[in-house]
Amino acid sequence: MKLDFNHIQAAHCENGVTMSLLKNIGVQQITEPLAFGIGAGLFFVYIPLLKINNGPVIAFRTLPGLIFKRTCKALGIPVVRKKFRSKEAAEAFLNECLAAGHPVGCQVGVYYLPYFPKEYRFHFNAHNLIVYGTEDGNYMVSDPVMEHTSTLTAYELERVRFAKGALAPNGQLYYPKENQIVTNDQLKKGIINGIDKNVRSILSFAGPIAGVNGIRFTGNRIKKWRDSLGLKQAGLYLAQLVRMQEEIGTGGGGFRYIYGAFLQEAHAYVPNDELLEISKTFTASGDLWRTAAVQAAGIYKGRIGSQEDFNIMGDYLLEIAEMEKKAFTALKNIKWR
Amino acid sequence: MKKEDVPQDLGALGKITKEVCYVTDESGKYTTQLSDGWDVKITALDTAWQDVEERIAATKQKVLNKDASPILFFMEKGLMDIKILAGYTGFWQWQVKRHLRPEVFNKLSGTKLQKYAEVFNVSVHDLQTMTVNEA
Repeated sequence: MKLDFNHIQAAHCENGVTMSLLKNIGVQQITEPLAFGIGAGLFFVYIPLLKINNGPVIAFRTLPGLIFKRTCKALGIPVVRKKFRSKEAAEAFLNECLAAGHPVGCQVGVYYLPYFPKEYRFHFNAHNLIVYGTEDGNYMVSDPVMEHTSTLTAYELERVRFAKGALAPNGQLYYPKENQIVTNDQLKKGIINGIDKNVRSILSFAGPIAGVNGIRFTGNRIKKWRDSLGLKQAGLYLAQLVRMQEEIGTGGGGFRYIYGAFLQEAHAYVPNDELLEISKTFTASGDLWRTAAVQAAGIYKGRIGSQEDFNIMGDYLLEIAEMEKKAFTALKNIKWR
Repeated sequence: MKKEDVPQDLGALGKITKEVCYVTDESGKYTTQLSDGWDVKITALDTAWQDVEERIAATKQKVLNKDASPILFFMEKGLMDIKILAGYTGFWQWQVKRHLRPEVFNKLSGTKLQKYAEVFNVSVHDLQTMTVNEA
């Protein structure tokens, strides 16, 4: 049984799942940037004491699951979300959903995901994909970061839905409860709401490690990495930063380009010309993140590595922090009518 | 980033799928462009894997020196930590930690060894002798 479902490739998995599921229930206007912006997805955090895969924890986006949740809430769409203890119950519920005609979003781990390149298979458990049908006991899968759809056996799907470790999915699945049309006016409210939320999370996050403060903090830390970690370890940390910033799903520049695209698209629903200007700042910020990545690559490739090189790297982040602070302050000061 | 500046450096991901980048066109309007990959992040991933390989080699030596049990070697090889390994085997984390000690490992029951062997996808004999059969 195959549901009527259209696979659309996206930059990021959760944006893509959100966009495709909403399009499927009749929200024609939704795009990846709109889903990302309404879900207030842009973020930055560096947690110095925590480690993943022996590297620092750095994120350029909000917590997994929030984008879908916030976007649906902002557009007034009721959501079904379930976690499971038992693998049998998880599969039975998935089958029921498909039989009832719902394509379903699933949280999965990528370590055992067979169609992923081997080099990308770490124990990362916050990946998302859509199951949209069954055929001879196999499941049809639309993974938004892939160009084409895939097929997983029941066992393969079960294994990734019940991956273990940090953020273990526990078979979590989710989908919009019913078909719904969203008016342009609702979308406008969602956009304004999403921008307000993002302004708050970036500018007013309490503490030094998140938002623009977090970017500044990281910039200052990087300048000390050469001495505190040694050249080799510092290189590994920088490689980790670049991977979080550029690897599958960010659309380039640590999601800054997607946010720039969001502000441009938002202009069609909220005709305020400042949005277009501020969008340019995010493009510039994304460009600077990528310039910083090139500098970082010089260090982890061993081409450069003096203290001066680390200072330049750190200063890029300080400049980015200032830039994004200005951009978000400008967004904050827009008078919505 | 401008549309014409999107890097097309073929990497591990690019061989399987191109990825979507958000870029601006000549009029400054946002659009998307597919990319094969980017040298900067390919080397970032290589750097991470190099570190993994070194870590595995160091662990192997540690096991040969009898400072740890082969479970530590297979755990590193599977990119796992104690929490992940505990999750897949069904043991408690403190149990896994104990099993990393060679003297405890040598007395493990057949069923427990079997559990580890299944998770690491090797035979019990290979587990005990730290043998790797590259598929």
